[in-house]
Amino acid sequence: MKAMMTGFAGVVLVAVCANLVLSNLGFASQDVHSGASVRLD
Amino acid sequence: MLRMALALVLTLALASFAQAQEKPADIDRSSTGGAQTLEDILNRQAGQKVDDTFRRDAVGSADNAAGIASQLGTLGGVSDPEMWRALRYGSADLKVSAGGEVATVVMQDGGMTWLEFRRGPLRTYGGWLLLGTLAALALFYLLRGKVRIDAPNTGRLVVRFKAIERFGHWLLAGSFILLGVTGLAVLFGRVVLAPALGKDVNATLLVWSKLIHNNVAWAFILGLVMVFVMWVANNIPSRLDLVWFRQFGGIIGNAHPPAKKFNAGQKIIFWSVILFGTSIALTGVSLLFPFEMPLFAKSFSVLNATGLPQLVGLGELPVALAPQEEMQLAQVWHTLLAFVLMAIIFAHIYIGSVGMEGAYDAMGSGEVDEAWAEQHHSLWLEEVLESQGSDTKSGTAAE
Repeated sequence: MKAMMTGFAGVVLVAVCANLVLSNLGFASQDVHSGASVRLD
Repeated sequence: MLRMALALVLTLALASFAQAQEKPADIDRSSTGGAQTLEDILNRQAGQKVDDTFRRDAVGSADNAAGIASQLGTLGGVSDPEMWRALRYGSADLKVSAGGEVATVVMQDGGMTWLEFRRGPLRTYGGWLLLGTLAALALFYLLRGKVRIDAPNTGRLVVRFKAIERFGHWLLAGSFILLGVTGLAVLFGRVVLAPALGKDVNATLLVWSKLIHNNVAWAFILGLVMVFVMWVANNIPSRLDLVWFRQFGGIIGNAHPPAKKFNAGQKIIFWSVILFGTSIALTGVSLLFPFEMPLFAKSFSVLNATGLPQLVGLGELPVALAPQEEMQLAQVWHTLLAFVLMAIIFAHIYIGSVGMEGAYDAMGSGEVDEAWAEQHHSLWLEEVLESQGSDTKSGTAAE
């Protein structure tokens, strides 16, 4: 049970880190596929 | 007579004064490039006379038209229907200010085929596959019941999976369950969740589902790599697997085929997870970064070279795909494989929980009773006991 909970905690940790990294690197479609003359938000 | 002459002069003077009052003032239109200004509009609204000669004749002239090949040129010999056909079939020379090559596709017929497939057969057959699998497992449980351990427990435990193995397994399992649930929510939200819970609740759930799906994907990939590295050596097919198949793995009947660390059934699960999981992960990453990582044109090209598609009657697969088609194929393939893998994992979860006595302990505490190991993985138990014996011997010798 401890290993299962640790694994699930690992899922949450990886997901949160991934979200932080990708958000800061500007990988969102909104950032990639917009230009000065196009606003997607 | 003199009075009449005076009246006439006065009338003419007043008329000329009034005329002078109505004469529109000269307006500087340089700021609008010669077009009407705000002052023109206000004068017109105030009922004052507006001199519209500056625009009355500005109706264009064929003589001044831009050349056919220039940016603002006329269509020349091309009719409107021909222009729309060029747009539809992707041969129009379009220039866009943002979005790159993707945005130059303004009409894509294949998009409708994909949309119809996604909201038709994909949902229908995928949904029935999962429900059918669950029903089949429930029926199997009613007919077969739980696979019990024949011999009484010995009380002696052997380590089946180390902590790092169990962590990798649960990292993969936890992420797969989250991805499955959120993926199903995205596919079925509009037809199942919205009618049941309302559109607002559905919209909120889907926003969260997308966020979870996009980020938990990385945990799935990490778990997939861990599991592959840790267990691939134990999952190489061998002749022993044929014995397991001949005896239906002991699941049907009472035989207990010998097995090493993983039996043939577990190897099927392993390779399904690795192969389908890798393909799902690749298409998933392709979808996460739209249009950056097209997979299908190249894959189709390789497949065509093997001759397999032609052999099964599919003919040459298309190798010139619009960026949107790449994404649509990725979504369909991603979902199809996910449905199949979910069905397989349902069976895996069944065997690992209610279907077999003592199976959960292997991945829970990591330790199993020797009686369980003898029944399900007799050759592996022998190896473990031998290595323990040799360790003890070498330990004794060292002492």
